[in-house]
Amino acid sequence: MSAGTGKLDVLVTDIKPINTLVKRFQFERADGRPLPNFSGGAHVVVEMKDDDRMRLNPYSLMSSPLDTSHYAISVRRDDQGRGGSLFMHNQVAVGDRLVISYPVNLFALDLRASKHLMLAGGIGITPFMAQMAQLAANGSNFELHYSCRSRSLASYAQEISAHYDHRIHLYYDDEGQQIDISTLLSGQALGTQVYVCGPRGMIDAVCSQATAAGWPDQAIHFEEFITPPTGKPFKVRLARSDKTITVGEHQSLLEAIEAAGIDAPYLCRGGACGQCETDVLSCDGSMLHNDHWLTEDQHASEKKIMPCVSRFEGELLELDR
Amino acid sequence: MSIQFKQETFRDDFTFSNSPEQIQRFPFPFDKDSFMYSVNLEPHADGRKDSAYEASFDVDEHYVSEMHDRALVLDEDPLRCQSLPHMTLAGWDVLELIMTEKSRDYPDLFTLERKGNQCHWINRPLEIDQHFTFGDETTLPHGPMEYITRQAQGDFCLLDQRNDNLWMDAGIVTTQADWSLDFDIGMNFFEWHAPVPLAHEMGIFQRALKFLLNIQQGRPARRLNWTLTINPRLDTSPENYHKWGIDKATVAPENVGDKVHLRVELQTFWRLPRSNALLFPIRCYLIKMSELVTVPKWGRRTHRVLRDIPPELADYKGFASYRDTLVAWLSQYDDGEKTSPGVWPE
Ligand code: FES
Repeated sequence: MSAGTGKLDVLVTDIKPINTLVKRFQFERADGRPLPNFSGGAHVVVEMKDDDRMRLNPYSLMSSPLDTSHYAISVRRDDQGRGGSLFMHNQVAVGDRLVISYPVNLFALDLRASKHLMLAGGIGITPFMAQMAQLAANGSNFELHYSCRSRSLASYAQEISAHYDHRIHLYYDDEGQQIDISTLLSGQALGTQVYVCGPRGMIDAVCSQATAAGWPDQAIHFEEFITPPTGKPFKVRLARSDKTITVGEHQSLLEAIEAAGIDAPYLCRGGACGQCETDVLSCDGSMLHNDHWLTEDQHASEKKIMPCVSRFEGELLELDR
Repeated sequence: MSIQFKQETFRDDFTFSNSPEQIQRFPFPFDKDSFMYSVNLEPHADGRKDSAYEASFDVDEHYVSEMHDRALVLDEDPLRCQSLPHMTLAGWDVLELIMTEKSRDYPDLFTLERKGNQCHWINRPLEIDQHFTFGDETTLPHGPMEYITRQAQGDFCLLDQRNDNLWMDAGIVTTQADWSLDFDIGMNFFEWHAPVPLAHEMGIFQRALKFLLNIQQGRPARRLNWTLTINPRLDTSPENYHKWGIDKATVAPENVGDKVHLRVELQTFWRLPRSNALLFPIRCYLIKMSELVTVPKWGRRTHRVLRDIPPELADYKGFASYRDTLVAWLSQYDDGEKTSPGVWPE
């Protein structure tokens, strides 16, 4: 495989429903040894063999980096999605074997910070769970603001409040509560780093308000894994491999390339890491870019595409792959 | 195979030399008869048996003496080892990685016993027997990075990864080829590479950085770099230029084979799991020209490479002034025969 990571054979040792939408999965290493160490903010890519289809989805590790006897992830069910979360919810059982990647961290803490200010929305809470465990263990200064739709859907809110007490601030949409981002950002001491993980609107709001308030880019961190969007099937010519493939409605371009037996590079599969960047040789139609990696100019130039999340509509797309 | 550790010096009387076995395992850098600067990164894995690439952190016959030389340098100049405050966790990563790899690769030399955070480390060649608590600096005589790198050959840079760049935020540097940790500390990847000529235009630094940022846990990478050094001096630092700068003027036809050393850096890159930092060890290997030519292929090839290298590169690598003397001496070991591809002796 072309992921720059090794693979781990794991057993599913626990599955817990957290609320009506979210389940927590616990993995242990199949050979009984401890899992590799990792840093808060890291994710793993879970391989799902669903009949003849192979899906690989990234999930943030939420268990404590100080305890490598197991890893835990949380999966939010998406009934409209491409089926990865449904597969995890409906088909995976305790005792199953899975293959996951080594941890990769694209959302690392800046350990120079005098304070870590964290903003989470919904399932975006998971990387912060691991980061808070890491920071609490060495007495670092952090504060988490967590916004959820409702009390009943606030995954882990009780648990972290009990654990970290006044460092946790909760906001419930259905009770009319909202994080006051600008006030929050303006009251911070020099040396504070801000981290945001959640829906795109929240990430955009935090990033733009922080920038407007004069925060340097280096002090603003965000992570959003885009799930590959579905869309109309399209044809792609892979010039180097001399193959023409069709990308299905529920398939990503990267998955279609892999299904054709071609070893293509990737790391995050969510438009964030840059590993899958591919040169476009010709494009008769329009590209539907969905990544965070390429610049707007690069998107407009139609010379590059990120096959993990981006699609195409038109006659034919030709790639250097 | 047990290693016979040598007692030798890298300064003053320069008693350093390589045994015939050590010559065979030298990491010869030229895979063809000409040299072109390239990034040449490859996985650091599946090391060939009895080569410098076999172990994660190679231990050879110079180990004990090199560690003694490092201690001397640090005594004179403690700033050769520095760690910015946020790099302590990365230091523990380094200690854990080196202890784990060395005790696995050399069970007869090193032992690590561990129960939770209680550790017992035995280093037989250096006669060290240490109990300590992982994560508790007060249980070691030095900080974690310094402690373990006083027991590991080569320089070590610890690079923090932030904002899509790498930052030289800690390191121990006592065997460097003319650069200074004290000068580079806190710099990012582009800043500390700034003096390299030619290469920048090729955009290879951009590509190299992208590669390094994506190095993942359990998948280390390596590359070789080389230069020439007069006398087997490990510490050719800018701080000590007044001691070694004059050495070049001593090269003459009758001593060139013993004075001039090929200096190869085996650079490796490791993602550190707890801190997400990158460890960048730079391991220096020295070999006298007179030792190198005992391998006929290497003698022929080294002659051709050094003869044909562009003047600006000879200048950059610092041997322009004695290149002619050296090439003339090497020419007697080049009979014009073909050389086989690759770096191995034959
Ligand atoms: S795999 Fe990370 S951007 Fe596509």
